[in-house]
Amino acid sequence: MISCSDAVRQLWEFLDGAVTAEDRARIEEHLAFCRRCCGEVEFAHELRRFLAGHAAEEVPSDVLGRLRSTLDQLEEDDR
Amino acid sequence: MATADADHFRALATRELPRLYSVARRLVGPEAEDAVQDCLLKAFRGFPALENPDAAPAWLVTVLVNCCRDRGRRNTRRLEDSTADEDLDRFSLYRKIADEDPFPYSDSLHLDFLAQFSRDDVRAVLLSLPLLYRAPLVLVHMEGFSTREVAAMLDAPVGTVLSRLHRGRKLFERRLWDYADENGLLRREAVR
Repeated sequence: MISCSDAVRQLWEFLDGAVTAEDRARIEEHLAFCRRCCGEVEFAHELRRFLAGHAAEEVPSDVLGRLRSTLDQLEEDDR
Repeated sequence: MATADADHFRALATRELPRLYSVARRLVGPEAEDAVQDCLLKAFRGFPALENPDAAPAWLVTVLVNCCRDRGRRNTRRLEDSTADEDLDRFSLYRKIADEDPFPYSDSLHLDFLAQFSRDDVRAVLLSLPLLYRAPLVLVHMEGFSTREVAAMLDAPVGTVLSRLHRGRKLFERRLWDYADENGLLRREAVR
């Protein structure tokens, strides 16, 4: 049986499906009896949602205007 | 460039500008606009040689990531990553929050911790990570690229991307806590 620290070390990879079948079985065996590590799994899920939820940044209108001008300039220089 | 190519490029770039800017904000912070400008210049020149139009959005992000890395290399004067491997590998944000109990009357301690962070806070935490670890974290967990796609973007083996992701996530967890502590996002003091 693996320890909590071994399970936690591989948690994100476990959620990514990036561990070997052998490691997956070991982690699942550990999670079957360890409530604290189940909490770690749930929190790792939350952290992934948290990151994905903060992905989009609003482009300020002045920045967007300048970037569009760059596109105009590129086309003009190319003609 | 042929007119049809120029039209396609413009449509592609216009559509992808919000995403390019979002990625650049997280990779180079205040230099985001300059990085996207660099990207548009390079991509415009390279676009006619692109064989697969379906790959164009990911290709554009690859060009941007390289522009951001060039800027990152110019601006990095010291080795930023000084956290000892063993310490970091043992760190668990989940346990840290449970042990420190920053919101003693909360029924959902861990979610309440995350809810303290604004978009600006999250960006600040990300920008405190070395670019080496920040880039895979942003591309995989915020932009939804697979580790294989990110490996191609960064011109690195998949195994290298996976190990940088592992360290990046751990650093992110550690820095989330440190940032919350340093910026008054924890309410321990208020309930004493």
